[in-house]
Amino acid sequence: MERAIKKYWPIFVLPTMIAFSIGFLIPFISGLYLSFCDFTTVSNATFTGLTNYVKAFSDTSSNFVNSLGYTALFSGISTVLINFLGLLVAVLLVRGFRGTHLFRTVFFMPNLIGGIVLGWLWQVILNGVLANYGVTLVTNEWYGFWGLMIVMCWQQAGYMMIIYISGLQAIPVELTEAAAIDGASAWQTLTRVKLPMLMPSITICTFLTVTNGFKLFDQNLALTNGMPSNRSQMLALNIYDTFYGRTGWAGAGQAKAVVFCLLVVGIAMIQLRLTRTREVQQ
Amino acid sequence: MNAVIGKADHKLTARGRITNMLLTIVFSVISVAYIYPLVVILINSFKVKAYISRAPFALPLDKMFASGTNYINGVAKTNFFDALKWSFVITVLSVFVILLCTSMCAWFISRVHNKWTKMIYLLCIFSMVVPFQMVMFTLSKTANVLGLNTPIGIVVIYLGFGAGLAVFMFSGYMRSSPISIEESAMIDGCEPLRTFFSIVLPILQPTYVSTGILEAMWIWNDYLLPYLVLDIKRYKTVPIAVQYLKGGYGSVDMGAMMATLVMAIVPIILFYLLSQKYIVSGVMAGAVKG
Repeated sequence: MERAIKKYWPIFVLPTMIAFSIGFLIPFISGLYLSFCDFTTVSNATFTGLTNYVKAFSDTSSNFVNSLGYTALFSGISTVLINFLGLLVAVLLVRGFRGTHLFRTVFFMPNLIGGIVLGWLWQVILNGVLANYGVTLVTNEWYGFWGLMIVMCWQQAGYMMIIYISGLQAIPVELTEAAAIDGASAWQTLTRVKLPMLMPSITICTFLTVTNGFKLFDQNLALTNGMPSNRSQMLALNIYDTFYGRTGWAGAGQAKAVVFCLLVVGIAMIQLRLTRTREVQQ
Repeated sequence: MNAVIGKADHKLTARGRITNMLLTIVFSVISVAYIYPLVVILINSFKVKAYISRAPFALPLDKMFASGTNYINGVAKTNFFDALKWSFVITVLSVFVILLCTSMCAWFISRVHNKWTKMIYLLCIFSMVVPFQMVMFTLSKTANVLGLNTPIGIVVIYLGFGAGLAVFMFSGYMRSSPISIEESAMIDGCEPLRTFFSIVLPILQPTYVSTGILEAMWIWNDYLLPYLVLDIKRYKTVPIAVQYLKGGYGSVDMGAMMATLVMAIVPIILFYLLSQKYIVSGVMAGAVKG
């Protein structure tokens, strides 16, 4: 069978692979190469070694290191908050009381609304509330930080809730019943039986929230656009600004992008390894 | 799953029933608060723009009421219905092409085992983690050179950039599904293409739905990729139209913005309410595959 299918590769694999090369592979490789070059367009690149990387880290107007810290802090806090909220709601909803279906529908809904729309929507609301205290989202970078945190929790907690609900429902009833017969309290059942069984879901959810936090762009652009003076700029927006906000900085932008890429891939791998080792066999 | 939710109600103790009732009340309050931001936007879309930032939580009464002017401005400034059309065309075409091409590719790489198919699989996984900023500059240049800066051309880009997730989802399913039916069909003389379309494709139906939903959610809401790839003077998608209202340096017409936000959100919510069963199960399936 394998040999018969093999001959058909131009039909089965080629279309996807051509598009994959255009949409990912070629841009990725040429992007990697360009990060070591001086260029304004793709065709006039000259090799300059690590100059771009030095320039990227010494950029003061869109401070890369500052953005990195801001993004890492955001990603860390949002991962904990979103997963805590999502899990809490999931644990309560699987109890099964009147209206659970409706509540689930409501909590998931913001996920379908795009980041740009969400950013503008919350800008009006948050600025409306902050106006009572004489400040706005861009008074300093921390208003933008917590504003963005509220937006992301509002949007993503429902998504994680869905994953946790399906994880909780996959736990065999025998396990929780056995725990109940052995006299375990609801809290003990949750922490000793359900949470260990839920580790695969926790792996996925933390993976999604950590990478979403690091890659965040649309909400950041629409909510504060990095203001005041690029201090609420997360990494993705910082790179975008370096590329398109200034002339002569494309090389440094590409170098930042490579560092960003290494960072996200590295964090994703470490995170998967960390939580995978805690998963239990059923 | 709805069978599970709510089935335990009748064997609860009195204390359990009271707890459940309290939970219903608490969650009702939270749900209302959850929807409240959307209601505020809806209210503000009927408010004269000068009052939107001054009194965002007030009802649009008397001199604050703007009737439909915000909507008229919003549609005129963003060319909203054009944007809606292009968003729709791009999303539908891209999802269709992605589902067809990547499911065929995934079947091939999970049935043929050699170093090439293994490499394709690993590359697909890798592409899912790489952030868009890594490729955005070179991708938009490549798209320009190849003339892919139209709503039809961008489908190729979406196929390339969305292939990772889709191939991953499809091959995740195929690895666990038995190969024997396909084998017996091919022994009976069915050639690979027919085997795929008459045997594999029907089995894959649930995976088509869940993958399609995940890809559609991404493409419909995507801002930066179409903004950089498309010739945006001629083609705007909905997120581009919303962000476009901000313009260059001038202040934003908040009235038009509110109306545009409402027009951007309403179709999504309608779609969600009609197909939420598939959306929720699509998200669940996507998570399990990980």
